[in-house]
Amino acid sequence: MPDPKVAKLLRRALPANCVVTDAAGVKPFETDGLTAIRQTPWLVALPQDVAQVRTVLAICREHGVPVVTRGAGTGLSGGARPLPDGVLLVLAKLNAIRDVDPTSCTATVEPGVTNLAISEAAAPFGLYYAPDPSSQIACSIGGNVAENSGGVHCLKYGLTVHNVLGVTVQTYEGDELVLGGRTLESPGYDLLAAMIGSEGMLGVVTEVIVRLLPTPPAKRVLLAAYDDVQAAGDAVSGIIAAGIVPAGLEMMDALAIRAAEDFTSAGYPRDAAAILLCEIDGNEAQLGADAQRVQEMLERHGARSVRVATSAAEQAELWRGRKAAFAAAGRLAPDYYCVDGTIPRAQLGTVLRRIGELSEALGLAVANVFHAGDGNLHPLILYDASVEGELERAEQLGGQILTLCVEAGGTITGEHGVGVEKLDQMCTQFGDGELAQFHRLKAAFDPAGLMNPGKAVPTLARCAELGGMHVHGGEVPFPHLERL
Amino acid sequence: MAAGSDDAPALVAAVQESVAAGTPLAIAGHGSKAFLGKAGANAVLSTGGHAGIIDYRPSELVVTARAGTPLAELADALAAEGQMLPFDPPRFSGKGTLGGAIATGLAGPSRPWLGGVRDAVLGVEIVNGLGEQLRFGGSVIKNVAGYDVSRLMVGARGTLGVILSASVRVLPLPDTEQTVALDCNAAEAGRRTTAWLREPLPITATCFVAGRLRARLAGHEAAVQTAAAALEMQPDETGTAFWDAVRDHAHAFFAGAERLDRLTLPRGALCPYDDALIEWSGCQAWLRRRAEVPAGGTVARFRGPDSTASASRAPPALEKYQRRIKDAFDPQNLLNPGLSPAPP
Repeated sequence: MPDPKVAKLLRRALPANCVVTDAAGVKPFETDGLTAIRQTPWLVALPQDVAQVRTVLAICREHGVPVVTRGAGTGLSGGARPLPDGVLLVLAKLNAIRDVDPTSCTATVEPGVTNLAISEAAAPFGLYYAPDPSSQIACSIGGNVAENSGGVHCLKYGLTVHNVLGVTVQTYEGDELVLGGRTLESPGYDLLAAMIGSEGMLGVVTEVIVRLLPTPPAKRVLLAAYDDVQAAGDAVSGIIAAGIVPAGLEMMDALAIRAAEDFTSAGYPRDAAAILLCEIDGNEAQLGADAQRVQEMLERHGARSVRVATSAAEQAELWRGRKAAFAAAGRLAPDYYCVDGTIPRAQLGTVLRRIGELSEALGLAVANVFHAGDGNLHPLILYDASVEGELERAEQLGGQILTLCVEAGGTITGEHGVGVEKLDQMCTQFGDGELAQFHRLKAAFDPAGLMNPGKAVPTLARCAELGGMHVHGGEVPFPHLERL
Repeated sequence: MAAGSDDAPALVAAVQESVAAGTPLAIAGHGSKAFLGKAGANAVLSTGGHAGIIDYRPSELVVTARAGTPLAELADALAAEGQMLPFDPPRFSGKGTLGGAIATGLAGPSRPWLGGVRDAVLGVEIVNGLGEQLRFGGSVIKNVAGYDVSRLMVGARGTLGVILSASVRVLPLPDTEQTVALDCNAAEAGRRTTAWLREPLPITATCFVAGRLRARLAGHEAAVQTAAAALEMQPDETGTAFWDAVRDHAHAFFAGAERLDRLTLPRGALCPYDDALIEWSGCQAWLRRRAEVPAGGTVARFRGPDSTASASRAPPALEKYQRRIKDAFDPQNLLNPGLSPAPP
C-alpha cells in the first residue's frame, strides 16, 4: 500500500470530492467494459484541469506510486483495470470542447469529451469526426487515442490514428509534450503515432486536436442476404476488388441475424446464412452508379435478395439491427464474451468455418457480427457465468479464435486493444525480440515503469512460462500437429 | 509479380557485423534523396538489391514489398490491377525505392486527401541497431497489437532500423481525373483552397504556381463533371504530367541549384507569397528565397547551398524523448549516425 501521506497530499492539492478512497466510492471504478475482470483501486483521483493532472502525477512520482489513467471506462480489454496499490486517474471531468474551427476543419478538445459530442459540436458547420466506435455516445476521445479506436467506417475513413492531428501529453516524469498539430508533418520522430494506441502506457493525454471532415452529402445502404457464408465473404472481396471503397461493410451470421431480428424487427431475412450491410457515401452524382456496381457484385456472388435504401429513414431501419446486435446477443445467453481479431478478407469463409468447428468442440455457441470490409471479426461467445467452468471455456475458445486469426495472417486485436485480456496472445503474435523492443520503447517515455504497469505488453518470462507458440506471418510451427 | 531478390540474410548479417565491430553504417537505396543529408559513416549498406513484391492481393488493398523495390515498378504492378499507392511518393530523377519513401516520409500532391506515408504503412520488417530482425504491425488495416513501431519508422530516415520490407495500404485508381485551373494570386488561391476543405469535393491535389491555381478532381466521371462545374474554373490540359512534375520536383519551379526551402503550414493558414509553389490546400509551400514563415508553420532547407542549415527545431523536452527513442532502437548509434529524423 502506498504511504497514507500520499492520499493526504492529493486531497490537499485537489478540490473537494475529487479524491475518493472510501469503499463505496471506489467500487464503480473496479472494472471497465471488460466486466469479467475486476479490481478495486486504492485511490481514485478526478482532476478538473490539466494543472491538477500534473499535480497528481508529481505527487505520485515523488512517492513512486503507479498510475492508471481512465477515460469513460468503456474499454473492452481491461486496459483501465485499476491497481490495488495505485492511483486511478480519471479524466472524465476534463470534458471541455475548447475550439471547433471551421476554417482549418479541426476541433481542439479535452480528453474526457465523448466521441459523439465532437461530431455534434461540428455539425452546425457541416463537419463531423469520422471514427465512430459503437460506444461513441459514451466513450471519450482520450480513450479513443489510447486504444486507436475504430468503428464501422474505418475502411474508407481510417482509425483514430488517421484522424487525430495532435495531442498534448503529460509524462510520468513531469514533461509536457506537444505532438503533431495542425500541420500535416512535424519535425522529429512520429511520436504522435507511438502515442496513439499505446493504452495509457506512455503518458497521459490532456488535449486532442482532431481533423473534421465534410459531412457526405448523400448515402445509400444495401442489404444482401446469402444462403452461404463463404459466398457472402467472397462478395466482400468482390466489391473491393471492383474498385469501390464502401464507407461501411458489415456482415452478420445466422445466429446474429435471428437475435437482431427478434430484438428489433429490422426486416432482416431470418432464414439467411449471412447478411451483408453495405453503406456507400459521396456525391449524389456518383452514388447511383456506385450503388449499381455494388448491387451487381452482391448478386454476382449469389445474393438471393438485395434491398437498396435511399431515404434516411429506410437506411436507419437497415442499420438498426446491426447496431443492436450486441444488445440482442445479450438475450441469447446470460453472458457473452466479445472477441476482437482481424484477418485478411480473403480468409473470411475459411476462418468462419473453423470458428464453427471450435465452437462445437467446446460446446459454446458463437454469434458472428463483424466489420467485414476491414476483416475485423467480433465473434460473440455465448456462455453462462453461473455454470461452473463456462467462463473458463469461453476464454479458452476466445484464445483459440485469436490464434486462428494470427495463423490466417491477421492480428489478435483489431480495435479493442491488448489491455490485460490479451497479454497471453501477444506471445503468439510477437517473438521475444519484438516484445523486448516494445519494453525499451515504453522505458523511453516512462523509465520508472509506473504508467499503467503490467498492461499491453507481456513480460518475456510470462511468454516463456506459457511455452508460448509464436505464430509468424501465418506460418505455424509444426503444421502437421493437430492443435485444438 | 515484379522481379527481385531476397537479400535479407546478407543485410541482417551486415548489421550484426557492424554491431560487433562498432562501425556505423550509412543506409542507401537508390540514393535519389541523398541530398537530404549524409550519414557520418564510411560503410554503405545498400538495400537497393533487396527488391521485389512479396505479396499482393488486390482484394485485400494491401501490398507487401521489399525495401529496395523501385517505386516505378511498384506503381506499375499496382496500376495493372487498377490500384495505386495513396501517398504517391516523389521519384526524384525518376528513381526511389519503397524503403526510401518510408524512411523519408515524403508524400506527393494528394497528401491532405489520400493521406501521407504514415497513414498507409501497416507493417514493417526491420533490423534494429542491435542486429535483431523484427516484425511489427501486419498486413491488415485494423491492428492495435503492441505500440505502432511501423509508423515510427516513417520519416525516421533509417536512424531506428534498416527497413527490410513493408506492407502498405493501396487504393483503387480513380475512374477518371480532370485538372481545372484559374489565374489568380497566392492570396486568392489560399482563400479558395481553404474553403474547399469544408466542401465534400472529389479533390485529390491543389497547386498554385506562377499565378495559376490548379486543382485535380478524381473519381467517378459524373462526380468529377459536377464538381468541375461547381468550381467555375477552366479545364487545364496539362493533366497528369503536371502533377507528376510537381511531385518529382521536375517542374520548372524546382530547376537550378539555388536554395529550395520547404514550408510546412497549419491547416487554414494562408501563404501570401506569389513566387512560392503552394500545395496541399496551403499546408505545404516551396520557396527559392528567405521569407517569413506564417504563424504556426515551420521551415527547413530542402536543397541547395548550406542545406545542412538548421531547420525549425523540436522543443527541448521533446528532444529528450527523441534521443531516448533512438537509444531504444540503436543504442550504439550505428544506423545513419548524424542524420536527424524528417522532415529535414
